[in-house]
Amino acid sequence: MTKQEDQKKVLKKFGKEIVEQTKKGKNPEIEFPLRNLSNIVYDKKTKTLRLGNKKGTRNFFNLAHAKKFLQTVEVASIIKKELLNTGKHEHLRGVFYIAKRTIPETNINIVDDQVESDKAIEDLEVITGLSREQLHVSANKMGSMVGNIILKDSGDTIDCSKLGKGGYSIPSITDELTFKKVNAKYILYMEKAAIFERLNEDKFWNKNNCILVTSQGQTTRGIRRLLQRLYEEEKLPIYVMTDFDPWGFYIYSVIKYGSIALAHASEKLSIPGVKFLGITADDIEKYDLKKHLIKLNEQDVKRMKQVADYDWFKDNKEWQRQLKMMKEFNAKAEIQALSSRGISFISEKYLPEKIKNKDFLD
Amino acid sequence: MAEKITAVELAKQQREISVSEFFTKNRHLLGFDNPRKALLMAVKEAVDNALDVTLESKILPDVYIELNQIKEDRFRVIVEDNGPGIVKDQIPKIFGKLLYGSKFHRLRQSMGQQGIGISAVLLYGQLTTGKGMQITSKISSKKPANFYEIQIDTQKNQPIIIDEKIVEWDKDNGTRVEIEIEGIYQKGRQSVDEYVKEIALINPHAQITYKMPDGEKIEYKRAVNELPKESKEIKPHPYGVELGILIRMLQSTNANTTAGFLQSEFSRISQNIAYEICEKAKINPKSKPNNLSGEEAESLYKSIQDTKIIAPPTDCLSPLGEEALLKGIKKEIDAEFYCAVSRSPSVYRGMPFAIEVAIAFGGNLEKDGQVRVMRFANRVPLLYQQGACSTTESIIETAWRNYGLSQSKDSLPIGPAAIIVHMVSVWVPFTSEAKEAIAHYPEIIKDMKLALQDCGRKLSSYIRKTFKAKEQKEKIDLFEKYIPELAASLGDLSEEKKMIIEENLRKILKKGLKDLLNGIEEAEELEG
Repeated sequence: MTKQEDQKKVLKKFGKEIVEQTKKGKNPEIEFPLRNLSNIVYDKKTKTLRLGNKKGTRNFFNLAHAKKFLQTVEVASIIKKELLNTGKHEHLRGVFYIAKRTIPETNINIVDDQVESDKAIEDLEVITGLSREQLHVSANKMGSMVGNIILKDSGDTIDCSKLGKGGYSIPSITDELTFKKVNAKYILYMEKAAIFERLNEDKFWNKNNCILVTSQGQTTRGIRRLLQRLYEEEKLPIYVMTDFDPWGFYIYSVIKYGSIALAHASEKLSIPGVKFLGITADDIEKYDLKKHLIKLNEQDVKRMKQVADYDWFKDNKEWQRQLKMMKEFNAKAEIQALSSRGISFISEKYLPEKIKNKDFLD
Repeated sequence: MAEKITAVELAKQQREISVSEFFTKNRHLLGFDNPRKALLMAVKEAVDNALDVTLESKILPDVYIELNQIKEDRFRVIVEDNGPGIVKDQIPKIFGKLLYGSKFHRLRQSMGQQGIGISAVLLYGQLTTGKGMQITSKISSKKPANFYEIQIDTQKNQPIIIDEKIVEWDKDNGTRVEIEIEGIYQKGRQSVDEYVKEIALINPHAQITYKMPDGEKIEYKRAVNELPKESKEIKPHPYGVELGILIRMLQSTNANTTAGFLQSEFSRISQNIAYEICEKAKINPKSKPNNLSGEEAESLYKSIQDTKIIAPPTDCLSPLGEEALLKGIKKEIDAEFYCAVSRSPSVYRGMPFAIEVAIAFGGNLEKDGQVRVMRFANRVPLLYQQGACSTTESIIETAWRNYGLSQSKDSLPIGPAAIIVHMVSVWVPFTSEAKEAIAHYPEIIKDMKLALQDCGRKLSSYIRKTFKAKEQKEKIDLFEKYIPELAASLGDLSEEKKMIIEENLRKILKKGLKDLLNGIEEAEELEG
């Protein structure tokens, strides 16, 4: 409870500062760090993405800012009143619906699209230094976990080795989970749920004494926080498996260094020690996957150039080599391409070999 | 082998062609190319005369125009004025003889310029209906009115009097012209309706009543109760004279010496200048001008061009002036903003001229199409040949985007505006005898553009400020709606009183509002 009281205080202070400005007859102003690529700094020492020092301001009496100003204050007020006061959590979508209403005598909605309330929450995070989780706002849960790990979630004890095909459904907020017993050597994280199911069916985690984690597509904050905690608290190495394409590479880099959108939260999310297991360009040659390559489309090529240009890829020779080869192939490959070598090729041959040889990219 | 034809035999076939005969065959040269245009020309020539003659005799004009449809393509045109009337003996000549009258030989700003107009209408009527023109004129309340029916002897260019009588007319003075002609009545930009509307616009001192073929009467009210300043006749300026005309003037002058000729026939030539011109031309100033050879005339012409002569007087012109022009457009065009510019006179080829421009913007004017262009010369609307006119060129070459209208390359601007261009001059250089388009003299185009730019600046400041004012108004409204919302959220967040927060926010808006409102007021003051 005290935690919530602290958070309420922070939000109240945020409000009070604005009220003080109005008392002085000033045009109310909110200052916050900019959250775009121009203000993203890749800290080579800590190997994380951080926000730079560039600040932006938003004034209420400025037509271009007024609505966003109102949205930020409105969302702050909703969180304080509806969530922190009651101790309840609300989904991003729910916050959107609480905020969504029409201003009287106008046809203007305070928020028209969930993107706007999502942004307001992110703004609030950087302004107050509180994370979304601390603000009691949750997101979609899109991940699963299986393996030799027993944890406690809201008072329930969960043994992740006894959860059948689906595994443990990772909640949106993982800060409050506690790890009871962990008996695994490493964590294998994969971009594709299909691969997760394959490996789970093959009882890969049992045979190899590891934990499997997946999320559909981009890794959610809850999963990233869970992975970071397992890495730090249980000292488990983490290996990441994604498609061989610029999007997959970026998924890996988000887990490792942090993301542009959430650079302000990198400290609680990034895991500099994770390794990239595959699929690499060398795997494609070594395991004879060239027949299963898919030609890069326009967006892939564009994204490839962007990714190659990010500071955290730019100075990494190994990654530049991977991207160069991708360009030479002019093609990408899915993890599932490995199935072409047999349905359990991945669990019986590819993964054991890669892990045994420590054939990773950093 | 064909037999040779001797000069004597050829001469038998050659005969003088009368002016009337020439125009019978070339009626398009006078603007009677088709029945629709002919109807307009008939009204126009008669009304131009009515306005000219009232102005000259310092009478505030009261003009009545009537179109009577007799058949599908036949109309009776009636135009009546309250002018001084015409002396009895003059009536047949004025209406029944082409090129008769005082206008062709003088340099003075007037509506008619060639002295062809009204008799050409008669000629056309006679040609298409076989009927003459009926004229009623009265010069004084003490005298009876004279009535004539006249036709033209096209070979001799002489009037034929069909009927002549004294009639009763309950008018003190004035002239009424009636003629039956072949014509087609259509509405639109080149219609009689449009002409009457525009002539009322550019002659705000005139009261005009127009009875349309369907019987509806439109009253164009007088907006200015003073007559325009009288224009003065000037002698030609030497720079404006062409060689052929110079030769003709040399032959017909009464002056005894060449120097005397130069001094008496032209403006701005002193004795010293006359001697200087003769000296340069190597002609004895005392020589008799009638005896000069063609070569001598040519060298005289050249030395005139080489001699520095001050510009002609420009006080002879009578532009409307900005005030009257504004009154004219305000009464005929329904818009939200009007501005006018009347430039001081300039000179092209020795001819003084002045350009006036007015713009009407917004209101009921069409928003999407090209702007409406209205062209005038010496208070006469020009409805045909817009594309060939230097006014159009000047408008196209003006950068309207700077002034808040959109415009594609080499086109008229687009927007809810009407642009009025008026040229007054002792001699408006038309591209043809039909007087439809003003010729492209660089000096004229330059002045038109300067006037357009000047007007454009006034327009842009209006557009900018009203737009800004509108925008500011919307801003204020929006903030007023946002304030209670923000105050409510801030109240919850800070746990302070919503009322006080709202009050403070309103104060801040008000403080900022003062500046905004000042800006709007300034804009309104500039409007006048």
